[in-house]
Amino acid sequence: MTEPKITPELIAAHGLKPDEYARILTIIGREPSFTELGIFSAMWNEHCSYKSSKKWLRTLPTTGPQVICGPGENAGVVDIGDGQAVVFKMESHNHPSYIEPHQGAATGVGGILRDVFTMGARPIAAMDSLSFGVPAHPKTAHLVKGVVEGVGGYGNAFGVPNLGGEVRFHAAYNGNCLVNAFAAGLADTDKIFYSAASGVGMPVVYLGAKTGRDGVGGATMASAEFDDTIEEKRPTVQVGDPFTEKCLMEACMELMATGAVISIQDMGAAGLTCSAVEMGDKGDLGIRLDLDRVPVREVGMTAYEMMLSESQERMLMVLNPALEAVAKAVFVKWDLDFAIVGETIAEDRFLVLHGNQVKADLPLKALSGTAPEYDRPWVETPPAAPLGAVPEIGAIEALRALISSPNYAHKAWVWEQYDTQVGGDTVRRPGQGAGVVRVHGTQKALAFTSDVTPRYVKANPYEGGKQAVAEAYRNLSAVGALPLATTDNLNFGNPEKPEIMGQMVGAIKGIGEACRALDFPIVSGNVSLYNETDGTGILPTPTIGAVGLLASLDELIAGQPAEGDIALLIGDSFGHLGQSALLVEAFGLEAGDAPMVDLVAERRHGEFLRAQRQHVKGATDLADGGLALAAFEMAEAAGLGVTLVAEDIATLFGEDQARYLLVCDGAGAAALEAAALLTDVPLARVGHFGGNAIRFGAATASLAELSMLYRGAFAAAVA
Amino acid sequence: MKAAVITFPGSNCDRDLAVAFERAGAEVTRVWHKDSVLPEGTDIVGVPGGFSYGDYLRCGAIAAQSPIGGAIRDFAGRGGYVLGICNGFQVITEMGLLPGALMRNAGLKFVCKPATLRVETTDCAYTSGYAKGAEVVFPVAHHDGNYTIDAEGLARLEGEDRVAFRYVDGLNGSVADIAGVLSANRRVLGLMPHPERAVDPAQGGTDGSAVFRALASVMARA
Repeated sequence: MTEPKITPELIAAHGLKPDEYARILTIIGREPSFTELGIFSAMWNEHCSYKSSKKWLRTLPTTGPQVICGPGENAGVVDIGDGQAVVFKMESHNHPSYIEPHQGAATGVGGILRDVFTMGARPIAAMDSLSFGVPAHPKTAHLVKGVVEGVGGYGNAFGVPNLGGEVRFHAAYNGNCLVNAFAAGLADTDKIFYSAASGVGMPVVYLGAKTGRDGVGGATMASAEFDDTIEEKRPTVQVGDPFTEKCLMEACMELMATGAVISIQDMGAAGLTCSAVEMGDKGDLGIRLDLDRVPVREVGMTAYEMMLSESQERMLMVLNPALEAVAKAVFVKWDLDFAIVGETIAEDRFLVLHGNQVKADLPLKALSGTAPEYDRPWVETPPAAPLGAVPEIGAIEALRALISSPNYAHKAWVWEQYDTQVGGDTVRRPGQGAGVVRVHGTQKALAFTSDVTPRYVKANPYEGGKQAVAEAYRNLSAVGALPLATTDNLNFGNPEKPEIMGQMVGAIKGIGEACRALDFPIVSGNVSLYNETDGTGILPTPTIGAVGLLASLDELIAGQPAEGDIALLIGDSFGHLGQSALLVEAFGLEAGDAPMVDLVAERRHGEFLRAQRQHVKGATDLADGGLALAAFEMAEAAGLGVTLVAEDIATLFGEDQARYLLVCDGAGAAALEAAALLTDVPLARVGHFGGNAIRFGAATASLAELSMLYRGAFAAAVA
Repeated sequence: MKAAVITFPGSNCDRDLAVAFERAGAEVTRVWHKDSVLPEGTDIVGVPGGFSYGDYLRCGAIAAQSPIGGAIRDFAGRGGYVLGICNGFQVITEMGLLPGALMRNAGLKFVCKPATLRVETTDCAYTSGYAKGAEVVFPVAHHDGNYTIDAEGLARLEGEDRVAFRYVDGLNGSVADIAGVLSANRRVLGLMPHPERAVDPAQGGTDGSAVFRALASVMARA
C-alpha cells in the first residue's frame, strides 16, 4: 500500500508546527515517511511530550525518604513499610469524555488502572475528579450520566473499589468537561516492575487485546482545542473492555511472579509507538518491531494505523527468553493474545517492518530525547480586586443556597453507581472526606483524597495551587492518616496564551511550595492542556490526588457525633469570603482573592490533630462552604442536629484555611483543650451536636427539611 | 467445612468470599472455571460476585456453560450445597439450579449501598443463625439484580418458604422485594446482596458472618 505524500497540510493535520517539522528533517536528514510522520506526531504532541510544561514540572519536589520511584515511570511508588509499597497516579481523559462520555471516561479508568498494574501493583482503590458545565447547559446531563456510567462500568467490572473524588459544575466547563481518574495499587517493594528494557536480542512481546483502528490519532486529538467539528472526532475515541483488562491484570500478576518479565510498559496514548520507544529509550537500546506479527482485529490495517492505534487493554513486555513457554502458558490460561512482535537491538534505532517493507527507521533516542521543549511566554495573573461589600443574607438561607446546589449537595447519586466495597477491605466509603482501604491481610490502611478549588486557582494561581495541596493534606489528616505523597493532574487551557501559561506557572509554584512545606512529594502526574472550546478556557484545575498511611486501623478517626457531643474548631477564622462557595451559590458572584494558605499552620494543625487523635471521635477539614457547611455535613450524616454559636455570615461561611471541625465527647474536648494550651494551635468550642434542628445563633431550620433538600438536589440537577 | 470457591474470568469477589469462608473456619480451595471436577470432599461450592465472562451475552449465561458449570450442576443434583452471591446468583440461576431470572435494575443504574434485608426463613443451613424476621444489613452492588418469576413460580416459592431474604425498603424492582431464594431441597441459595462484605468490623458491619458460621456448624454436624 502506498503511503500519502507529505504535504504542509498533512504536517499541520498531525499537530506539528513548521519549526517542529524542520527539526524532524534535521534529525533524520531526509523527508519522513507517512508512518514516521505519525510516529513523530504521537511522540511530540503535548500529551506525550509535556513540551509546554516540562520546564515547570522540573521545579516540583519529587523525592523524600518515602519515595521509591518518582515521576517518569507509569506511576509513582511510595514505601508504606513492611516491604510494601503503594503505587499511584492520576490521569485525565478530558477530550475523549466530552466527545463520547461513557467510553471516554471508561477508558480513562482503564488507562490509569493499567499504569498501576504495569508496575506490579494490584489495584486497590480508584477515585475520579469530574468537572462539568452548568446543569442548565444542554450537554451537561448527558455528560454527567455518561461519564458516571463509564467510570462505574469500567471500575465495577474490573473490581476495584471507588473511594471518592469530586464533582463540580461551572460554566467554564460547558464545552470541555474534565475527567481525572486516579488509581492506586499495592505491591511488594522488591517486586516493582519498570519500563526500561535491558539486554540485546531479547524478545519484545505483545500482550492483551488485539489491535484495531480505534483511537488512531487520539493523543494528537487530546492535544488540540475543540471547535464545532468535534462530532467528526468520535472515531478517535477508544472503546474499553474491563473484562479483558481484568484478565490482563490477573495474567500480568501471574506472569510477574514467574520471573519472566524483564520490563513492561502499558500501551496508552499513542499505543505501540509510545510504549516501544519508552522501553528502548529508558534502557538505552533500539527496538525492532515486525508488525506482521501484531494481533489485529481488522484486516488491511496499515503500519501507520497499527503504530498509532489506541486500542485498549494492551501491554508490551521484554521477556526473559528462557521463560517464554512459561509466559505463554499464563496468557493461554487467561485466553489473551501473546505474540513476539520484535526484539531489542544494540543500535539506537526504531525499526518498524510491515509486509517485508521498512515503514519506519528512526533514531530512537531522538524520538523522546529531542522532543521539543518550550519556554512559553507567560504573564503573572494580576492580583484580584479586593472583595466589595457582600450582600445581606440570613445564615440558614445561605446554607440552603449551598446544599441545594449540585456542587455542594449530597453526591450519593454518583457514588452509588460505583462499587465502593469490592475487595472486602473498604473501611471508609466515599461521601465524607478521604476514603480508606485496609491493606489486605494487615491492620494497616491507606487513605485517599482528591482536591482542588478551581475558583481559587483562577483568582490567584499561586495560593490556589497551595490550597489544593493543603486541602488534600487536611483531608488525610482528618481521618488520622499520615500524608505520604501526591499525584498532580494539571488541567489548563491553551498554553500558547501567556495568561493561561501564567496560570499554570503560578499554580505549579504554589503546588511545589506546599508540597515542600508539608513533606508531601509529587510522585506522578499528568498534564492536560488545550482545554478550550472556541477560544474559551476552562477554570485552571490542577487536581491533587493524595495518599496517606494509617499504621494501624486503631489510628483511624472516622466516628460520628452523638447527642450532646461538642463541636471544636482547630485554626483561626478571619471570615475570608473572597471566591467563596457562598458568593457563587447565593449571589452568582466570583469576586475577591482566594484565601491565603499558611503552610506552617497547615502542618502544625495537621500534626496536632494526628497526635491527639485518641481524644477525637470525628473530624473533617474545612474547605469551601466553611464552618457552616462542614458542621451541617457532619451532623446530617449522623442524622443529628447541630448548634453553632456563631451567626454572622463571615464566621459561618468564610473559607480560611488550616482549619478542622472536630467532634469530641466532654472528656475528649477537655483533654484536647489541655493539649492545645501547650502548643500554638488555636482551638475553640464552636457549638454542639444533637436535637433535630440546624441552628446558627438564633437562626434555625429543621434537619429533616434541610436533609431532604441536600439529598435531592444532585439528582434533580442532572436528571 | 470444605468450601470450593469458583473463579471465572471476570469474577472479582472470589477472594472476598474465600476470606469470609476462612473466617468461619472453612478450608477453602479456589477452583478455576476450566476445571471440570470439584475437589474431593467439597461440602459447599461458593459462586462469587463479579462479571463472569464480562457479563457479555447475559449475566451469568456463559459461566453457566463453562466446564466447571457442569460439575456444579452435578454436585447440586447430588444434594450438594451451593451458595451463589450477586453474579454467582445470576450464574446458578442460568444453570437452572434456581427458578426465575435476574433482570436489569428497575432504576436502570448500578446500585451500591448497604441494604436492609429481612430474614424470611431460618429453615436452611444458611440462615439458621438468624432469628426469623430479623433485619440485617448487607451491602449490595449490582446492575442486574431485579429478580423476576411468574405468578405460579412465586406462589410456589412463597408457599414452600423458599424466600430467604427480602429487601425491607425495595431496591431494584424485584418481585415481592426478593433478595435471595432457596432451591426446593433448601441447599442452594442465591442472593444479590453480599454477606461476605459484612463479616468484619472494619467493613462497617458483621451481619453477614452468621451465614458462614451457620454453614460451618451444619457441616460440622454432618
